[in-house]
Amino acid sequence: MATVDLKDVKKVYPSGFEAVKGVSIAVPDKELCVLVGPSGCGKSTLLRMIAGLETISSGTVAIDGKIVNLIGPTERDIAMVFQNYALYPHMKVYDNMAYGLRNRGTPKDEIDSRVRATAKILELSALLDRRPRELSGGQRQRVAMGRAIVRNPRVFLFDEPLSNLDAKLRGQMRVEIKNLQRSLGVTSVYVTHDQLEAMTLADILVVMNAGLVEQMGAPLDVYERPASTFVASFIGAPPMNLLALTEGASGAALADGTAIAFAPREARAATLGFRPEDADVTFNAEAPSGALVLPALVEAVEPVGAESFLHCAAGGNRIVVRVAGRATATVGNQLRVVAKAEKLHWFDQAGKRVG
Amino acid sequence: MTPRVVFPNKVLPYLLVAPQLAITLVFFYWPAGQAFYQSMLRQDPFGLRTKFVWFANFRKVLADPAYLNSIKVTVVFSLATAIVAMCVALLLAVMAEKVVRGKGLYRTLLIWPYAVAPAIAGMLWLFLFNPSIGSLAYMLRSFGIAWDPLLNGTHAMILLVSAAAWKQISYNFLFFVAGLQAVPKALIEAAAMDGAGETKRFWTIVFPLLAPTTFFLLVVNTVYALFDTFGIVHAVTGGGPGKTTETLVYKVYNDGFVNLILGDSAAQSVILMVIVISLTAIQFRYVERKVHYG
Repeated sequence: MATVDLKDVKKVYPSGFEAVKGVSIAVPDKELCVLVGPSGCGKSTLLRMIAGLETISSGTVAIDGKIVNLIGPTERDIAMVFQNYALYPHMKVYDNMAYGLRNRGTPKDEIDSRVRATAKILELSALLDRRPRELSGGQRQRVAMGRAIVRNPRVFLFDEPLSNLDAKLRGQMRVEIKNLQRSLGVTSVYVTHDQLEAMTLADILVVMNAGLVEQMGAPLDVYERPASTFVASFIGAPPMNLLALTEGASGAALADGTAIAFAPREARAATLGFRPEDADVTFNAEAPSGALVLPALVEAVEPVGAESFLHCAAGGNRIVVRVAGRATATVGNQLRVVAKAEKLHWFDQAGKRVG
Repeated sequence: MTPRVVFPNKVLPYLLVAPQLAITLVFFYWPAGQAFYQSMLRQDPFGLRTKFVWFANFRKVLADPAYLNSIKVTVVFSLATAIVAMCVALLLAVMAEKVVRGKGLYRTLLIWPYAVAPAIAGMLWLFLFNPSIGSLAYMLRSFGIAWDPLLNGTHAMILLVSAAAWKQISYNFLFFVAGLQAVPKALIEAAAMDGAGETKRFWTIVFPLLAPTTFFLLVVNTVYALFDTFGIVHAVTGGGPGKTTETLVYKVYNDGFVNLILGDSAAQSVILMVIVISLTAIQFRYVERKVHYG
């Protein structure tokens, strides 16, 4: 049982740089919260403040309802998996995992049984006598996980744990982390800059930018209703197509003057967005009703296998459209990009979502 | 593997190494050979008659209680100096790591003593602890300690070790600071989250990772205490009182240049040479392939 509550947490460095500018997040028990954002957005600083490795300039961090601002990392009963694993190089795998238990005065036979049980879960049983330098990247990653799990802490923290692994291993470990977290039922905070990791792992997704939370919610909600152009362009690969709007003769229009019919009435939208998979291409001249239709010129075709991405120039913007299977269009084709009206996103001058 | 360089000219390569070879031959091998030759000669004090005596000088020296005492003194002095210099330096380095403001200044100040010449350092300590005029000696006496390095051999040794160690602390400090900086910060943080307090972190994580530095310094400090402390011994105690602080190196000087027993002195030099060669061998064997973690 553990919840993590951040209330208006700020971090100001002595140089005056404000890394975290007031963040409030509540992580319910047993859930995995992912902090995602570009480098320098303050996500790692926030994690380190939860861990107790950075002081908190203002605001409170509470674990299980108890404010831990002044409690050191040693007493917080939190385990952390570091980006470069931070395994103790002079200790064997067994001792790496037993270290935390020994420091807490756990009886010897209990340490032994817990280390061996954890090693079994992580398929490390054969490696217990090795030193970290004799392990592969993936194995080191497992030991780092094991070191965290074996202590049975109240909270897990992950600081970009998969960024040093190759793509294939990363996909595999992602699934394992998710399964482990769910089966152990330990409240976790996970930091990453990889939106795919963020989407697949999170119970709660927190998108951060420049020290502030841009959006927080269930991953698919964030994906389907991005709160700002930043979130829209950060979550999803390839990112959402964003087209700048101007005030035309008859309402909103694209930069080249193409009139847009569906702009929401209540607010002046400055940006129109749609996801690559929410659009289709057609060679037909007649426009389907209830859809945005843009004449476009194919500039590049990226076949990925199961799908293809068409990079097009439309209305003075570059847009990407995902088509299933092989693309029939080739470079230089003139065609129409069709996006359904209900799949369109509108953002105001400040980049905030409208409608 | 370094690629083999092929010189088309047969003479040039030898010419290129000639200066280095000449220096080595003239300043190292020739005196060493001379010492070896002299160690088998016995000469009267005026240098009028010389006799070849084979290894009689070595037999004489090794049976001499004064020489055996000198070995004991040297071992005690070297180990004490090395241990004191390293412990204090490690403590200072760990403390310097904690300094937030003025870290650079603090470090620079701690490195200064290394620039002081050994004889000057010796004189400094001699004056500070001089029983009649030394300010620190006065303090010790006021604490009820009958401080007298001029008559008490143990006191003289303590004074000598302090002076010799003080001089070496800066050097060790520098290496320990570098060693501490090489310990990844994430490891310390990981240990903190693993529930290890500061002291525990130091002994279970930092100190084992400093092992290569520590071993290197142990060898360097021992060699320093053995061979580079002539100036300090000469300035502080001159081997006295009695022969309680007469180290091997100092005895070579004393027997050869003060007492003019050149044969004995040369034999002692050769023995020292053997010690240096074995220490160097150990150094190459273990220090060159330091314990590496990674």
